[in-house]
Amino acid sequence: MERLIDLLLDYNVRNIALGSAVLGIISGALGCFAVLRRQALVGESVAHAALPGIVLAFMLLSTRAPLVLMLGAALAGWLAMLSVIAIVRLTRIKDDSAFALLLSVFFGGGLVLLTIVQKSGAASQAGLDTYLFGQAAALISEDVITMSSLGIVILTVLLLFWKEFKLLSFDRAFGGSQGFPMLALDILLTALVVMATVVGLKAVGVVLMSAMLVAPAAAARQWTDRLGLMVVLAGLFGALAGVTGAFISTLERGLSTGPAIVVCISLLAVFSLLFAPNRGLLRERLQAHQNRRRLRADLRTLQEPEV
Amino acid sequence: MLEELLGLRTSQIEVIGLGVLVAVTCALVGVFLVLRRMAMMGDAISHTVFFGIIAAFLIVRDIDSPWLVVGATAVGVLTVWLVEVLTRTRRVKEDAAIGLVFPFLFSLGVIMVSMFASNAHIDTHVVLLGEPALAPFDRMELFGVDLPHATWVMGAILLINLLCIGLFYKEIKLATFDAGLSVTLGFSAGLIHYGLMTLVSLTAVGAFDAVGAILVIALLVGPPVTAYLLTDRLITMIGLSMVIGAISAVSGYFVARALDSTISGSMALMVGVWFALVFLAAPERGVLAVLRRRERQKWEFAQQVLAVHLLNHPAGELEERHIDHMYRHLRWAPHFAQSVLQRAQRRGLVVPVDEYLELTPRGQQLARQLLTHMGQG
Repeated sequence: MERLIDLLLDYNVRNIALGSAVLGIISGALGCFAVLRRQALVGESVAHAALPGIVLAFMLLSTRAPLVLMLGAALAGWLAMLSVIAIVRLTRIKDDSAFALLLSVFFGGGLVLLTIVQKSGAASQAGLDTYLFGQAAALISEDVITMSSLGIVILTVLLLFWKEFKLLSFDRAFGGSQGFPMLALDILLTALVVMATVVGLKAVGVVLMSAMLVAPAAAARQWTDRLGLMVVLAGLFGALAGVTGAFISTLERGLSTGPAIVVCISLLAVFSLLFAPNRGLLRERLQAHQNRRRLRADLRTLQEPEV
Repeated sequence: MLEELLGLRTSQIEVIGLGVLVAVTCALVGVFLVLRRMAMMGDAISHTVFFGIIAAFLIVRDIDSPWLVVGATAVGVLTVWLVEVLTRTRRVKEDAAIGLVFPFLFSLGVIMVSMFASNAHIDTHVVLLGEPALAPFDRMELFGVDLPHATWVMGAILLINLLCIGLFYKEIKLATFDAGLSVTLGFSAGLIHYGLMTLVSLTAVGAFDAVGAILVIALLVGPPVTAYLLTDRLITMIGLSMVIGAISAVSGYFVARALDSTISGSMALMVGVWFALVFLAAPERGVLAVLRRRERQKWEFAQQVLAVHLLNHPAGELEERHIDHMYRHLRWAPHFAQSVLQRAQRRGLVVPVDEYLELTPRGQQLARQLLTHMGQG
């Protein structure tokens, strides 16, 4: 018990726990909209495409301030999204190909820049490398403050436009007919998803950040049919997995945070898929089994009089 | 000879050759990924074969074992199957299913490396990001030819891909463009689907050494998408993709050398550069061509409207034929109307007589044709 209290009071541990929790809440909440709108892989694309933005921001402004790097990442992510939209609108190339192309090309460009930075000796390898797999242990209080501030902005905007975003996700055409600016709302919501993705990059890493958007939302979806509850649940699941994973990764040396968190949240999603009270697969099986038995019993009572 | 010509060392030529080989192999299967709208599935596979390689390595403990290729390919196919199973429960959509499966398997792979294989010769960075420059150090002699190990592996994979796609070309083509008809004719959709996915997995595994997990997808999707903008024929698209892939690989190598930077990253970057060029300048489907066509159509349409308008208001109705009237009646801005008039005159569709417009015989013919087309003639 004493050890636990010591652990909780430790500066590093507090940063790790807080950072991971904040990240889990934001990505969980925004992920709900991404999943419901079938944009689950937007996170994957944005996360990869953010790499050149991070490196360029570092190269041009030679600072490691979290806000600057995050803004660079968000800009690059946005640019990639805009390119995808332009390609899909102007050619016959489908969105899945456009996403795959942009994420890999941006990522490749980011790697090229990264190797140049590392050769120039301007950055210690560890600093920027963190962004590949994430290192919650490297979170400093400045990171946590930046993440929390951005999180508050993101969640506030989400609450302000709650009704509109709900409309956008479930019945876009109806919203348009009621005079809501659906395109502008679409752009705003996508911007929030981009921000949410970028916030988690340092903790979870470029490669696995997409899971933080998809898995909590997919898990939460199984427990409820109400959007409000789903967003809250996804935030909770995200935070839970974030904190658990971050702690596990600090126990083992050389274990990156991203994979640990992703395994936690994936297990939560699998658990939800199997055991959720209404939509759970187990319940479906039980129901089917019961139906079969009842049917068999009914058939037997129907046959008996003839015997 | 080639060495002297380009001023390159043998090992450098081997690296370039491997890059070209990987790019060509990826482009071949990538065409079907793009056409079947499975690009993100390809992304997922390229991530999960990482887990497959690690898992197989932990079992056989030999980095050069062919079982690594078999195991990793199996995991790639397993990914496709898992996504399908998840989607079929109807609890999540396909995109979310992909987003659940591959990060999980990939994470397991990363964790396994850091826990069990940290002292083995598996460097997460090399596996993830690839380093073709290392390939010439690991050599293998076959049939008296001494080449990098990775070149032999990739060559074999290319051969398998060519053989499978060549043998079942007609079937795959049919299933890709008309899945319904293909099933009606008795071809198993599942067999073709999983067959192709096996080839994609195999290719991703082979490409690992050279370009790593993330950049494989650039070579799988980029060249086919670029070729897609240049042709409508499948066989041409395949050929073009392979050529574009090879060009990207070679140019990527030299960019990397000039910048003293990563070869795999530069190759992916060049895939993007070539795509951007074609995207802008492709003869029919490029952005410039599309915009130019739209511009031409705009003027063409305006001239047609003008001709029909004049035909509908013959000689008697002077008022309707006054030049200024065009602004009001057709709701054209003055400078736009001016421009349309000039173009129509230059084409010999109308002639101004005093302040009024007169259709030439050619203009009348055009207007009549248009009306007949619309079924009003």
